[in-house]
Amino acid sequence: MSTSEILFWFLSVLALFSAVMVLVSKNPVHSVLWLIVVFFSISGHYLLLNAQFLAIVNIIVYAGAIMVLFLFVIMLMNLNRESEPQKNVWMKLFGVISGGLLLTIFVSAFRSSADIFDKTAQLNDGDVGLIKNLGKVLFDQYAFPFEISSVLFLSAMVGAVVIGKKE
Amino acid sequence: MNGIPVNNILFVSIALFFIGMYGLFTRRNMITMLMSLELILNSVNINFVVFNKYLYPDKLDGLFFAIFIITIAAAEAAVAIAIIINLYRSHRSIDVETAEEMKY
Repeated sequence: MSTSEILFWFLSVLALFSAVMVLVSKNPVHSVLWLIVVFFSISGHYLLLNAQFLAIVNIIVYAGAIMVLFLFVIMLMNLNRESEPQKNVWMKLFGVISGGLLLTIFVSAFRSSADIFDKTAQLNDGDVGLIKNLGKVLFDQYAFPFEISSVLFLSAMVGAVVIGKKE
Repeated sequence: MNGIPVNNILFVSIALFFIGMYGLFTRRNMITMLMSLELILNSVNINFVVFNKYLYPDKLDGLFFAIFIITIAAAEAAVAIAIIINLYRSHRSIDVETAEEMKY
């Protein structure tokens, strides 16, 4: 068992366990903290898959910006207590059934597909995920979506201000 | 040869997807529903990166899809949190069951 396999299993178990803990914990602040653990383990997966820049961007944007926004809103609304009003057991049961059925279908679909069975994703080869190569491709092939995303950010900012202001 | 089988990584991402879906179904707190949505987006990102590394290891298309998904998720979180703050201001609660005027 090589080092990358041990790392992979550790990160997978950590990601799934903390994703379950996000939904199990009643306190929203604890949910946010477990979600940050999920994002760090997903960044570890990206590092294993040689997507170094994506791992850093994931940590900066998700754990650094979005989660801080969530924590800020939770503390602003004074939600840091157990604030889940009623627990409908039927809703939970139907959630488990429908989610579990779709999960079984997807798992059996990719287990029976001969194309990806027994194949391995290539690890530790090359530096294609570094920022130099990414920047070259970004400003060459993906220049138009890049500019469009700046327009998207501007409209999202205007929309957030317009929705959030007092009338 | 130290590589991770594609099946295992796909299983991790599918399990994350359905944990997020279960949260979206069962939780009634809008912040927690938004967190489940972020879980779903992250599992999709893992899928993109894995298939990029498996099919075209010297190209970057899947990585760029993941990066654009991250930017869109940031914009979406900002707008959704503005909506949540507005809802809290008018209803004093962020339970989705309290905001049911639009049903009728």
